[in-house]
Amino acid sequence: MSSGDDGADRGGRETPPKHGLAGPEPDERPHPEGRRNSQGIRIDPEVEATHEPRRAVFSALVEDEPGVLSRIAGLISRRQFNIESLTVGPTTVDGHSRITMVVEETEPDIDQIRKQLGKLKPVITVGELDEDAVRTELVLLKVEGTEPDKVHAITEMYDGQTLDAGAETITVQLTGDEQEIDDAIDAFRQFGIIEIARTGYAALARGNQPTAPGEKPGTADEPTRPTNTQ
Amino acid sequence: MSKQAPTPDEEPADADPETGADAERAADFRPATTGAESVVHALENAGVEAAFGVQGGAIMPVYDALYHSDIRHVTMAHEQGAAHAADAFGVVNNEPGICLATSGPGATNLVTGIADANMDSDGMLALTGQVPADMVGSDAFQETDTIGVTAPLTKHNYFADNPDSVGDTVGEALALADEGRPGPTLVDLPKDVTLGDTDTEPGPAEPPETTRPQYVADEENVAAAADAIEAAERPLLLFGGGVIKADATEAARSFAREHEIPVVTTMPGIGSFPEDDELCLSWAGMHGTGYANMAITHTDLLIGVGTRFDDRLTGGVDTFAPEAEVIHVDIDPAEISKNVHADYPLIGDAGTVLGQLDDAVDAAPDADEWRRQCQEWKQEYPMDYATPDDEPLKPQFVVEVLDEATADDTIVTTGVGQHQMWASQYWTFTEPRTWVSSHGLGTMGYGLPGAIGARIAADDDREVVCIDGDGSFLMTIQSLSVAVREELDITVAVLNNEYIGMVRQWQDAFFEGRRMAAEYNWCPEFDKLAEAFGARGWRVDDYDEVADTVEAALAYDGPSVIDFHIDPAENVYPMVPSGGANGKFALTEEQL
Ligand SMILES: Cc1ncc(C[n+]2csc(CCOP(=O)(O)OP(=O)(O)O)c2C)c(N)n1
Repeated sequence: MSSGDDGADRGGRETPPKHGLAGPEPDERPHPEGRRNSQGIRIDPEVEATHEPRRAVFSALVEDEPGVLSRIAGLISRRQFNIESLTVGPTTVDGHSRITMVVEETEPDIDQIRKQLGKLKPVITVGELDEDAVRTELVLLKVEGTEPDKVHAITEMYDGQTLDAGAETITVQLTGDEQEIDDAIDAFRQFGIIEIARTGYAALARGNQPTAPGEKPGTADEPTRPTNTQ
Repeated sequence: MSKQAPTPDEEPADADPETGADAERAADFRPATTGAESVVHALENAGVEAAFGVQGGAIMPVYDALYHSDIRHVTMAHEQGAAHAADAFGVVNNEPGICLATSGPGATNLVTGIADANMDSDGMLALTGQVPADMVGSDAFQETDTIGVTAPLTKHNYFADNPDSVGDTVGEALALADEGRPGPTLVDLPKDVTLGDTDTEPGPAEPPETTRPQYVADEENVAAAADAIEAAERPLLLFGGGVIKADATEAARSFAREHEIPVVTTMPGIGSFPEDDELCLSWAGMHGTGYANMAITHTDLLIGVGTRFDDRLTGGVDTFAPEAEVIHVDIDPAEISKNVHADYPLIGDAGTVLGQLDDAVDAAPDADEWRRQCQEWKQEYPMDYATPDDEPLKPQFVVEVLDEATADDTIVTTGVGQHQMWASQYWTFTEPRTWVSSHGLGTMGYGLPGAIGARIAADDDREVVCIDGDGSFLMTIQSLSVAVREELDITVAVLNNEYIGMVRQWQDAFFEGRRMAAEYNWCPEFDKLAEAFGARGWRVDDYDEVADTVEAALAYDGPSVIDFHIDPAENVYPMVPSGGANGKFALTEEQL
């Protein structure tokens, strides 16, 4: 914008000297009392609104194209969100995969994760699962083989299976929710755990609720279409 | 999906009988026989008129196919320039610009320009050559993982793996770049795919099924937002770059005027609302006007349209518009409540939603006192600078002279630094797509290649002026050879302070004046350099020479450079220090 005066003769030195910027000092200006928190939410100065992190389980139906997992992982990590687990596998529809992702973040960040995932081109639909969703994890445990009977008993107790039993090691498979698996691992500690492989959650919504928004019982003929669920 | 190839006589092209080369290029429709030809047909089908790039081994098949096309190809001197030129071409024409590069170094040179377009939501399609698919991953000559490198910088990128589908992929990438919130897309083209045989003609360019932006906002939310507008005492419109991208400037202008709501813009939103309109408070943010920042600080209802509330706009979010409820209109749901919480989220196309809001607002807000207050702030904190006789040339004066000497539809491009701020502060922008700059990424070197792209996009009767800094100009100065070769009428005004000035300003303010690596007093003489490139060049040190030289440079029909030696001590004010409160902008260094 031009300065306040009409600058009579701009081409030459007759232009009257200007004064530079002026106005009251920063602290002399009136300032409102209000404030926002770091999420940009207006807050009552008395009660500071803070968000505790919570755990969220996302389910996304994606087009099964090369690099889709790295795109999702990359998007999450470059925004400095922490992924607790990430699983992926095919669905009933050719060319579609389901990704289940667990994160622990604050409410606004969980909202951002959902929206950012929704923007990715290979993502057909994505949503957060309710608390009551069916979720389960698989773990393989390799323990010392010195007390096979006891190992077998604990495996039975947690409805596990023995996959491999040798003179030196025994490998078992367990499934369950996080608490069950943590408990089982604790119980196996007495034998000396040599190695563990955990998969992270696979999850589906309970009952006839769709797992990802707009998801229909997938068939090859009528795959789920993208929805405007934002 | 099988496509019907048009018969040869369906698309006759203009042959220029004058020269042998053109005769040979006479582009009678040629059915695609290779992946590369299919790529070029996809571009032609989408109406692409120009492309910017640099040749190279892996992209050669595509260039060979361009040989027979009417698409104007501008050979750039560096791929960064190709990306910036494509970006600016797209900004001026409101369509994705096209850039091409070979694999490896060509592709990596594009990266800065792609990142720049991504941050500014500029539609753009980058086509990169790649080593043959069966060599990918073997660290072959000139191989880079272009998909990996550009994945975080694009809306989406594609690895084309089949000559039969490569044309459709390019069409999809182009459509996706333009859909909803625009942005750059990239197609990586392995040489065996572009050389590969195919007789498949690409179909119409369509965005992928999985992307379905929502254009119309939820009516209930619109009604609630309309109520808030009617009830507001200190309403303020904040127009971002999205208003321009959505071609919503008419809707935005009439909404503001009809309801008499003062307007601030963001820096990318410059041109969305005429800066000489009484309602306009110009742009807010780090170096925005005092009055815009005062208005932001005191509004009770901020209506943000097509803005992402970038930190250069908001300062510290804790002090941003602290009293205001926020209505946020944006086509990208992920922008809603990302940086500033939206009390009224309106997801949709800016023009459509402004229309919806306009219908829903029954009575203009009662804001006489607020409007008077805004005008008062204009008086209190005018944009001004000192020009005593004995002082060296002031950059703001140069910008004002350039503005006065040119028409309203003149396109201004810039580099990044103090000169960019002075250009945006002291030029009075009234039209959309006349301010073409690098905002989100802040890329030095955008100005000159940007001017080339803008020049190719704009009608001949419009002026294109690049206001550059000495440091920024040096970053992509090789593009001058392109402007000369292509006989492009561009005027470059270098605001030469022999510093990377913005850095010097920060060092003086925040690093106790330790000017480490900020001095550029080894600058070449840009007027002579311009002449060496085959352009016209002038050097100006004095107030008396400014107007005449500007006139001569504008009159010269070709690229010209004026090296304005300006006051090296001049700084940009007002300034909101990073993370500070908008309302506490400093007007002098002492106030920082
Ligand atoms: C590619 C790039 N490198 C570094 C920077 C950091 N930077 C921001 S402003 C600036 C100074 C720009 O100097 P100049 O182009 O001469 O403009 P002036 O500030 O002097 O007007 C620098 C180095 C940048 N923005 N872009």
